[in-house]
Amino acid sequence: MNADASALLGERTPAPLVNASRFRAAHAADWERLDQILSRIEKGSLRRLSDEDLLALPGLYRTTLSSLSVARDTSLDRALITYLEQLSTRAYFQIYGVQTSAWRQLGRFFLRGWPEAVRSMWRETLVTAFITFASAAVAFYLVRSDPSWFYGIVPNGLAGGRDPSASAETLRATLYARHQDMLATFATFLFTHNAQIAIFSFALGFAFAVPTILLIIYNGLTLGAFVEVFAAKGLAWNAIGWLSIHGTTEIFSLCLSGAAGIRIGLAIAFPGRESRTDSAVRAGRSAALVMAGAVIMLIVAGLLEGIGRQTVLDDTARYAIGGSMLLGWLLYFYLPRKAAG
Amino acid sequence: MAWPFRRRAEKPPKTLKRSFVTPEGVDLRLELGSAGARAAAFMLDAVAIIMALILVTIFVGLVGIAAKAEIMLILWLLGAFLLRFGWFSLFEMGGRGATPGKRLMGLRVVARDGARLTGGAVIARNAMREIEVFLPLTFLGMQAAEGLADTFLTLFALIWSGIFLFFPLFNRDRLRVGDMVAGTWVVRTETGRLGEDIGALAARRERRRFSDAALGLYGVYELQTLEEVLRNGKEDAIATVAATIRRKAGLESDGDDRGFLEDYYAALCDRLERGLLVGRRRENKYAA
Repeated sequence: MNADASALLGERTPAPLVNASRFRAAHAADWERLDQILSRIEKGSLRRLSDEDLLALPGLYRTTLSSLSVARDTSLDRALITYLEQLSTRAYFQIYGVQTSAWRQLGRFFLRGWPEAVRSMWRETLVTAFITFASAAVAFYLVRSDPSWFYGIVPNGLAGGRDPSASAETLRATLYARHQDMLATFATFLFTHNAQIAIFSFALGFAFAVPTILLIIYNGLTLGAFVEVFAAKGLAWNAIGWLSIHGTTEIFSLCLSGAAGIRIGLAIAFPGRESRTDSAVRAGRSAALVMAGAVIMLIVAGLLEGIGRQTVLDDTARYAIGGSMLLGWLLYFYLPRKAAG
Repeated sequence: MAWPFRRRAEKPPKTLKRSFVTPEGVDLRLELGSAGARAAAFMLDAVAIIMALILVTIFVGLVGIAAKAEIMLILWLLGAFLLRFGWFSLFEMGGRGATPGKRLMGLRVVARDGARLTGGAVIARNAMREIEVFLPLTFLGMQAAEGLADTFLTLFALIWSGIFLFFPLFNRDRLRVGDMVAGTWVVRTETGRLGEDIGALAARRERRRFSDAALGLYGVYELQTLEEVLRNGKEDAIATVAATIRRKAGLESDGDDRGFLEDYYAALCDRLERGLLVGRRRENKYAA
């Protein structure tokens, strides 16, 4: 063998090209062009792409993809295969992974995505609504039986003087004050605070929904305690009117985000026939829509609070606005509509 | 990962390569982003958010004090809110599927099932960030501000964020809690150039020929290692490899290590590729 090999060494003849070389020669131009188009799209200049290039993109993508398959089976040039893998992946993301336009997405969210997601969670929503009002009732009766409970439920900062020791006059003044300083700022602050609570009650659902339910109970308790303070001074009707102008939207939205959290918790705790991860993903995606919607509702509530409450001082009008907002939301979410076409 | 998710059909492989089949039926073999790259991307984003927040605050402070306008305070509240909650979601909902930090690190968010990345998934994976990072931070900050942060509470916050922070290290797919709930994962996006064709280098001139026995020494693994050596172009590595091959094949040195390896590569590649065509793939030198 040794002699044989040495004899062959140095004897130089033209040898055949390897597959990779022939393959590169045949297709490199296509890959190169796809590479250029992709680079331009990735730099964000989709609009400056010529129609010709745009039309060529799917074809070039499929050519490259089949090049990749062929190269994997017939070529051992690793650099070539890696390059084709990267190129195909980039093209795949541009062709399949890219979102439709932001406006189209928003439109779909408001027309279908959001109400459908909310409707799919009606059971959880009923539960959170029940928990909210039950804990409000509990707090109401606790504070009624012993006003010192109020200080245990409501943190000092949030009360702002509206506690059991306040006189009927001060309380009445807080309900009908017209030019409260910084009210708009306070409404904005409340919005960010509430939005954070909405996001927490969604995210904490991951811990089998327990923290979410605690959050809902706490919200309900605060609500009940406040109402009792006013009710004790004979201002129940006025206070509920004052609350309801934005409160129907706000409480509904917190119920919905709570429901989103519970949905995730249940999906993880009891996946049923699905695998646990699949079940979590399905619940997570629709719950996220509900939560995003809840934040939008909180923006509406903030606007109602910042503007409506200052300008509308009449109790009946307040009830009318709060009631019609609630009715509007209910119709928007639960009114049956045509199935997706 | 096994226990609460015991229904998972099979364990994912230990490497970061994942099979990802396109509708055309080709497996793209995506590579997941490493934990280090993910952490770096998050740090970059966090720095960017803090910088933006500082700029907004300075701007609002200057304008607000000059105009004494309540509206500036409201704008600041809303701006901070949008930065904190919108930064990740809005960027990831865009066409690139990545925040600026992820883009710099060459990462991208992708739906695990290969479908389009929906807005719901992006919101879900980023809302979870609230309890992963921001909740323990605000909690701790709030308590510290009131002087209430005792050792126990600090420890609790640390453990809490530790669990979520290191969650990606405890599963092979490098999923955050948010990724799990949203059905997404983060993959590397690479833009490489096509490397030189080594097989063609040898074809430009007269080529050495090798006996069957000399070519029968190695398989695909060794071929691709040789490819790497040639591409790296390190002289000492080339000399070592050339000497080894010559010794095994019983050839004498002709003074041109690089030329010898290029020729040997082309010849071996040709031989192994001909094997592929008849369905014989010799993985390495131990295979028959």
